[in-house]
Amino acid sequence: MLLLTCPNCGVAAEETELAPGGEAHLKRVGPGSEDADFEGYLFLRKNPKGVHFERWRHANGCGKWFHAARCTVTLEVFGTYSAQTTEPPKDILLKIDDKRPGWRG
Amino acid sequence: MRRYSAFAIAREALRHHQGWERAWKSPAPKESYDVVVIGAGGHGLATAYYLGRNHGIRNVAVIEKGWLGGGNTGRNTTIIRSNYLQDPSAAIYEKARSLYETLSQDLNYNIMFSPRGVMMLAQTEHEIRGYQRTAHANALQGVQTEFIGPQKVKELCPIISLDGPRYPVLGALWQPRGGTARHDAVAWGYARACSDMGMDIIQQCEVTAIRSENGQVSGIETTKGAIRTRKLAIVVAGHSGVLAEMAGFRLPIESVALQALVSEPIKPCMDVVVMANTVHGYMSQSDKGEMVIGGGADGYNNYTQRGSFHHVEETVRALVETFPIISRLKMLRWWGGIVDMTGDRSPILSKTPLGNCFINCGWGTGGFKAIPGSGWAMAELVAKGEPGPLAAEFGLDRFREGRFIDESVAAGVAH
Amino acid sequence: MSTRLKSGGRLIDRSETLKFQWNDKWLRGHPGDTLASALLANDQTLVGRSFKYHRPRGIVASGVEEPNALVGLGKGAKFEPNQRATTAELFDGLIAESQNHWPSLEFDIGAVNALVPKLFPAGFYYKTFIHPRAFWKHVFEPVIRKAAGLGKAPKDRDADRYEHFYAFCDVLVVGGGVAGLNAALQAAKEGKRVLVLEQTPHWGGRSPVDGGTVDGKPVADWINDTVEALERMDNVRMRRRCMAAGIYDHGYVIGYERLTDHAPAKQGPRHRLWRIRAGHVVTATGAIERPLSFAGNDIPGVMLASAVRDYIVDYGVSPGDRVVVVTNNDDAYRTALAVREAGLVVPAIVDARPEANGALPQAARAAGIMVKTGTGIAKVQGGKRVTGVELCAQAGEGATLETLPCDAIAMSGGWSPVVHLWSHTGGKLTWDAERAFFAPDPSRAPVGHDGAPSVSVVGAAAGDLTLPAILDGAEAPEETPLRPVWMMPEGASADKRLKMWLDYQNDVKVSDVQLAAQEGYESVEHTKRYTTLGMATDQGKLSNINGLAVLSDALGQPIPQTGTTTFRPPYTPISMGAIAGEARGEIFQPLRRTPIHSRHEAAGAHWEPVGHWRRPYCFPKAGESHRDAVNREINATRSGVGLLDASTLGKILVKGPDAGQFMDMLYTNMMSSLKPGKCRYGLMCSENGFLMDDGVVVRLDDDTFLAHTTTGGADRIHAHMEEWLQTEWWDWKVYTANVTEQWAQIGVVGPKARAVLEKLGGMDVSAETLPFMTYAEGTLGGFDARVFRISFSGELSFEIAVPASQGLAFWDALAEAGAEFGITPYGTEALHVMRAEKGFIMIGDETDGTVIPQDLGLDWAISKKKDDYIGKRAQERSHMTDPERWKLVGLETLDGSVLPDGSYAVADGTNANGQGAVQGRVTSTYYSPTLGRGIAMGLVLHGPDRMDEEIAFNTVSGGTVKAKIVNAVFYDPEGEKQNV
Repeated sequence: MLLLTCPNCGVAAEETELAPGGEAHLKRVGPGSEDADFEGYLFLRKNPKGVHFERWRHANGCGKWFHAARCTVTLEVFGTYSAQTTEPPKDILLKIDDKRPGWRG
Repeated sequence: MRRYSAFAIAREALRHHQGWERAWKSPAPKESYDVVVIGAGGHGLATAYYLGRNHGIRNVAVIEKGWLGGGNTGRNTTIIRSNYLQDPSAAIYEKARSLYETLSQDLNYNIMFSPRGVMMLAQTEHEIRGYQRTAHANALQGVQTEFIGPQKVKELCPIISLDGPRYPVLGALWQPRGGTARHDAVAWGYARACSDMGMDIIQQCEVTAIRSENGQVSGIETTKGAIRTRKLAIVVAGHSGVLAEMAGFRLPIESVALQALVSEPIKPCMDVVVMANTVHGYMSQSDKGEMVIGGGADGYNNYTQRGSFHHVEETVRALVETFPIISRLKMLRWWGGIVDMTGDRSPILSKTPLGNCFINCGWGTGGFKAIPGSGWAMAELVAKGEPGPLAAEFGLDRFREGRFIDESVAAGVAH
Repeated sequence: MSTRLKSGGRLIDRSETLKFQWNDKWLRGHPGDTLASALLANDQTLVGRSFKYHRPRGIVASGVEEPNALVGLGKGAKFEPNQRATTAELFDGLIAESQNHWPSLEFDIGAVNALVPKLFPAGFYYKTFIHPRAFWKHVFEPVIRKAAGLGKAPKDRDADRYEHFYAFCDVLVVGGGVAGLNAALQAAKEGKRVLVLEQTPHWGGRSPVDGGTVDGKPVADWINDTVEALERMDNVRMRRRCMAAGIYDHGYVIGYERLTDHAPAKQGPRHRLWRIRAGHVVTATGAIERPLSFAGNDIPGVMLASAVRDYIVDYGVSPGDRVVVVTNNDDAYRTALAVREAGLVVPAIVDARPEANGALPQAARAAGIMVKTGTGIAKVQGGKRVTGVELCAQAGEGATLETLPCDAIAMSGGWSPVVHLWSHTGGKLTWDAERAFFAPDPSRAPVGHDGAPSVSVVGAAAGDLTLPAILDGAEAPEETPLRPVWMMPEGASADKRLKMWLDYQNDVKVSDVQLAAQEGYESVEHTKRYTTLGMATDQGKLSNINGLAVLSDALGQPIPQTGTTTFRPPYTPISMGAIAGEARGEIFQPLRRTPIHSRHEAAGAHWEPVGHWRRPYCFPKAGESHRDAVNREINATRSGVGLLDASTLGKILVKGPDAGQFMDMLYTNMMSSLKPGKCRYGLMCSENGFLMDDGVVVRLDDDTFLAHTTTGGADRIHAHMEEWLQTEWWDWKVYTANVTEQWAQIGVVGPKARAVLEKLGGMDVSAETLPFMTYAEGTLGGFDARVFRISFSGELSFEIAVPASQGLAFWDALAEAGAEFGITPYGTEALHVMRAEKGFIMIGDETDGTVIPQDLGLDWAISKKKDDYIGKRAQERSHMTDPERWKLVGLETLDGSVLPDGSYAVADGTNANGQGAVQGRVTSTYYSPTLGRGIAMGLVLHGPDRMDEEIAFNTVSGGTVKAKIVNAVFYDPEGEKQNV
């Protein structure tokens, strides 16, 4: 039963308030792109055993999307951040470096 | 191998059962094999078994990180059915179901296949139409199913409540030859038969790297040393992504937790398997008397083998509504497994970008029922290097082409 | 015999007598008794039968760990099987029955299994019943099922209700023993919000029975003082009869409170499920005593030593007149002393250790009790109850040295900390070899959302088994080390091992675990599953450690290498009713009602659930079949005027300077070119290319669109819009709002629709002012209305939206104005038939998540001018452009019959897997009262190129029905009727 703090409204949200949205920071690929790139965007997933960047919606709350950095093995949450970004913020990456040295592989 | 029978038991009883052999050997890995199968769950062991039985390939190792049958094979709700809508699914699940019918005899190990019948309740007009479609598809696929009315539902399952105020039972898709089996026994029976064919089942051995030469697989590194092999089959369910990364490719897969639970055992009160997809729950009664219950999967990536309680709540709520007498039973044990969900929720049996490396994964919430068929088709793929008809449609390339095998059309939730 | 003592019993009230029923016999007890203590007080030592051999079973324990004393409680709608007598509090009129026997508890036919236990070793089932094949389902399995199971299944719907309850705290303390109370007090003094849960009705745990002092006063005084202090504090909440059933991630804990089980006359819910979010959890869950493995240790009368003294001290009940104590530790000497103090006889204390010279053994000797060290039990004598015990040298093979008559045996193999909750979210354990138990490893605690340890453990649960180890200022007799004893005697013969029970309920013996190891089931999980050790309703609370010690010994490896099985919630079984909570019957799920719902109900609507909505399927009149009602509704609409409650249709506002650009991405059509006041039918695809929703889009003004969605799609499509806006095009200036419930929407449909509106009076609804596919605002009959000239039936049609609060009045006004025109309400089925007559697709019928617009001949609704829309790239993939994709056509049977729903068009031969080949399928099929024949739509290979060709559709009985491929628009193909 995850507890994620919604960065939009500040609420420490119960899992039942949240809707999961899968891997974060996927780059949309549109018409005219290569089949392989489109397959990568729509289907291929990192599915890491460890640090994971993912999307959530505070569906039964403020309704806003946000991102979370979470460990899929311990379920530790390293931080949540705005959905309006294409990469994780520096401070969260540094925090993960600190807690999971070598996680970047 | 000494055969199991009532006579053998009687004979052994006279000498305090001291004469029973090991069901499977526990060898150290050899330097090389013709085929290495990673994963000694039901699917991996069945792959090895049919490699030996159907293709004469017996120089095989099955490598297992933990203990054999310790993953999803031993964590599911043991339902066996093949009433699938799409042709490729119906083909492989029906193959599996028909193999289950004689598996106890084939393996000389009682896997307790109980063809007690599986019904999927229709509780909306939409569901009625979906199951009628499935019934028509099944009629052409050689899968014996029937759409039955509420009275027949009640006859087959007297503890069901037909006229719940919210979702009355309007009918059901009934597969009389579906049922259940003893899940652990399936893994153990295959393991014993593989070991008897001279195959090596190596437990407590984790794969740490996959080696290749010129784009072809050449071997693996493990916690018990390096092993060379000409062919590699990855059959590891929830951890497929981890192994695929070692082999240098990515999969259209996310690993999530699926939960199940059992009640305390009670005397027999339910002779069939019932699945209620509108309200998200399914239930059967084990031979021990426990009500075996499953529901929906979590939606987020998770490797913990435990899920969130609200799914349990939803499932139990649905089943108390459908079977009011279970309200006064008690939940005895709850657990989770890690299932690998693909982009279309159908499995992958496929060649991979790495030569002579094959993968079998993505069974999601429905793997147990497929084990014999999956092993049969995978063995053919590995032995011949190309998929046979059972596996043909389940290739990885389907995601690039947009050629999906989508079963959610008929059944909204888990299996 | 077991009986009520003349004095003692700190928990019972002897001034009052309660009557209760046991197997149809009336017995007596006192308030404060458990059912178990009351049964013992009445000399009911035989309480049940075991699972496999149907062996006689007596009470072993005094708490939640009890494996044997499982009973059926209550009657009818209040019957519950498998209740533990040791935790069931006695009340007046309690009705209990024993389980798992036939015909009676005393004489059970199933017990023949026990006569030849050698024939039923571990794994028995896997090795037999293999031939002949059909016998498993039809012969063996039914017999096995009948013999298995424990209690009877309830027959009636549960008469009780249940509730859920949320709680939040900084510190949750699980367990109200000395350690838990102490932890709660410390946390409370720091100002933390504290919640304390105790599973029993009493505070203090074992300490009041085991004794000891705190600051020179009896420990019971400290308990009373501490409870009083805690109860006075505002930041502390305390609950008894409330068990922490499981810890889930991020501090989520499930509490299970039993409110009326002990007091059935009390009003309110029976159980309450607590959903607790705790900042930190302290488990103070105590320890459980282990049985010893000796031959005959399952005979009724053999009990845990701690249970024997609980029954004496707490309930004033003697489990037997002559109690032999057998132990490997000092603690069990407390039992011997308690037995002696109660005036009963202890023939001997049998201690497996070579010597016993601690304070407690000395006290026992001083009390005149014989202590036999280095001794074990060779065999227990007796059948349905203990009659004596044969002693032997612990180090030997079990030759009987002497026989002592006795009627009870109190055994203690040491204590195991209750580590369940610690382990639920991944807390690790270490093996304490000296004290022979697994204890939590604080350096490998479970972590919370912040990565910090989220659970800590105190008291016996942490391995601190004595009072002085827990509380400052506490004193108790010092205890000398135990000696791990996993089998008694050490060299026991195979015959004896066959009679040493590990799991009493499931009948797993030492011999079974050894056989599993011998056969290669080496993992503890294999052994558990092969033998069923620890899988009974007590989940191995008594058997697990003993079992894995035997397994480790058989494998010749240390215990930690064998490891434990996984601890899973719940700690003890919890009721399904409590898990389900209040949401039952009508309130199983929230029900969405349109503003006009009550009118439909009064009109006798036959309902259809659509999502959480209820929509009228049809409005049958008295004696009218549903089909007749549907036909009548259609005929009335096509020839006159019909009335449809369309309020459930999704209505989403899309507004902002970039709304047009956004709508162009959402829909396959060009929406930005739509003029204000105009309507356009639009298609929405997923990014994967599949058609996901459709509906009419209205441009209200330059930067505002109103998107209509399907009934089931409103929330999903709104979420879909927000996802793209927030996560992909967040710089676009667009807002969305789901206003579905703000508006009641009513369709006035049919050739006389305009006449009805004109009668109502108000805005101009003429064809000139308000032509087809336009929209206007105004008033109708005094109601503020938005009128859309759109049609899903092919008739002249007005869809009119009024504020939800006026929906019912507006419906009534329309019904009244329409009366003279024969206005007829119609339901979803008439709607479906009429749209099918017109060849309009229905999301969910023509689409199923695998269909793209191009399959449905909807290419006209896909803009060729746009570079991009959601799903466009996906539709470029090879399988999507494959000319072999099935396409939508109309279908007519040759004989006018209705094609079977879901039928497939058969092709010649079979596919590679031997399945019948197909070339299409039916997507919608109805009887059309308008045409007087069956009509259908379907997807067919090359369908549009095969007009008038006859193809065969399968039936479930194996036959086929022939149908001709036709245009899908069966009614008014020119569209003249809707555009008037």
